[in-house]
Amino acid sequence: MTPTIRRAALMAPGLGWLALFLLVPCLLVLGLSFFERGVYGGIDYIFTFENYRRAVDPLYRSILLNSAWIAFLATLVSALIGYPAAYAIVKAPERWQSALLVLIMLPFWSNYLIRTYAWIVLLNREGLINRALAGLGATEPLPLLYNDFAIVLGLVYGYLPFMVLAIYASLSRLDPALLEQSADLGASPVSTFLRITLPLTLPGVAAGSVFVFVLSIGNFITPDLLGGGRRVMVGNLIYKQFLAARDWPFGSALAFLLIAIMMLLLLTQALLVRRSGGERPA
Amino acid sequence: MRRGRSAGLLNLHLGLVFLFLYGPILVLVALSFNRAGLPTAWTGFSFRWYEALARNASIHHAVGNTIIVAFASTLIATAIGTLLAIGVERGRGSPALDAILFAPMIIPDIVLAIALLSFFSMLKMTLGLHSIVLAHVVFNIAFVAAVVRTRLKHFDWSVVEASADLGASAFTTFRLVTLPIIFPGVLAAALLAFTLSVDEFIIAYFTSGAGPASTTFPMRIYSMIRFGVTPEINAVATIVMGVSFSLVLVAQRLLGARDRA
Repeated sequence: MTPTIRRAALMAPGLGWLALFLLVPCLLVLGLSFFERGVYGGIDYIFTFENYRRAVDPLYRSILLNSAWIAFLATLVSALIGYPAAYAIVKAPERWQSALLVLIMLPFWSNYLIRTYAWIVLLNREGLINRALAGLGATEPLPLLYNDFAIVLGLVYGYLPFMVLAIYASLSRLDPALLEQSADLGASPVSTFLRITLPLTLPGVAAGSVFVFVLSIGNFITPDLLGGGRRVMVGNLIYKQFLAARDWPFGSALAFLLIAIMMLLLLTQALLVRRSGGERPA
Repeated sequence: MRRGRSAGLLNLHLGLVFLFLYGPILVLVALSFNRAGLPTAWTGFSFRWYEALARNASIHHAVGNTIIVAFASTLIATAIGTLLAIGVERGRGSPALDAILFAPMIIPDIVLAIALLSFFSMLKMTLGLHSIVLAHVVFNIAFVAAVVRTRLKHFDWSVVEASADLGASAFTTFRLVTLPIIFPGVLAAALLAFTLSVDEFIIAYFTSGAGPASTTFPMRIYSMIRFGVTPEINAVATIVMGVSFSLVLVAQRLLGARDRA
């Protein structure tokens, strides 16, 4: 066997699986999104743009925009919290760094439902935070749960580890000589940070942001459990089209919009990375 | 002096981040041992919620299903994901391949869930544990390949060539040379894949078909949270977190200090 054929043989089962159970189903979703919904919830194979037109009419457009807004807030908060955390890990003694990173990533590998449930216990009207506030003399419990605040909090909680990891990867590749030269030339630590460290690590921030944004905008569990079903996001809307409304074509159009947003962001990020000199974040 | 203070602030921030990440989990662990079970008051240490769990047959059934699904999907994904990783690493890097391998990790769960549901129902496939396995292999392949690839980054391919030069077949070389060297990485990847499968909810929910026969553990957890919280859930949470954390820590240990996280 020539090396090329051997390589192809090694990759065939894996790529074949992804083609069959990822690519084909996604193309099927794209196809379904151009058909009409049948009378009894089936699919009528008549070509139409109606599902996409519906997705952008005011009712659904506001849900899409609201999802994007919540995902944006979660991304912003994650970056603001994640950057200094990653910076602290880079500055920590080297023998601790890998342990600190494991501790950051550990929650990601565990059950997302349970981690979300923990916030219900903490945030509800009778929850630990409101009890603590009452103990401090608050008379009215704060409405912490079942609103946008709770959803953003839950998303940040879920996806902050990715942000820290991506920024860390970028920061740890930064050449220390650059920072020394900057200091030697008389730059203050703040101006070195703003003019050298931050711009050079923006690809890491971008990589982390794409991750957090995409996972947030398509999230189902967090708005369902922490939004209490009152705040609907695209993920919940898709869920409903498939399991309750039985309108698969419309659900497919919404799902495909999510795939399109995801691909657009990944492409933008790839271009950003290429422009910044081929450094590969995370 | 300023330097010391900003380092102190940074470390304080990192400490708060860890408190944010682990505080809520620790609260659940504490509550699972609370006799009253509710966060309203501490009424004494008790194992009663764990005992209630031990008697809950429907949960046992769901746990059994989850273990079957996780074992099967881990086995398949580890085998083909490892081969895939070797194939990718032997060639020159390709952004297209990287993108294909990245897609299953970042695609929203709900999208993969409905795509597979549409696909299976178009094929008129009966749904059940087997269809959950097919679905879970999709994201597990990507994670296994990613973990094994980090291991292969430090792999010296000349040993493979030496083995071939000495007349060993490709399969013998794989069995006696490549696999033993990358085995810790493969095992770590399998443990992580198992953990992901055990915890996955939405994709399993959509591809399981109706009926309690193929209900998995996360599906039980979801209905416990969504439709009436019983204090048993804190005991469930503690056990699930304990198992996940242990598996991941063993995996990280196997990956060794150099390739961690």
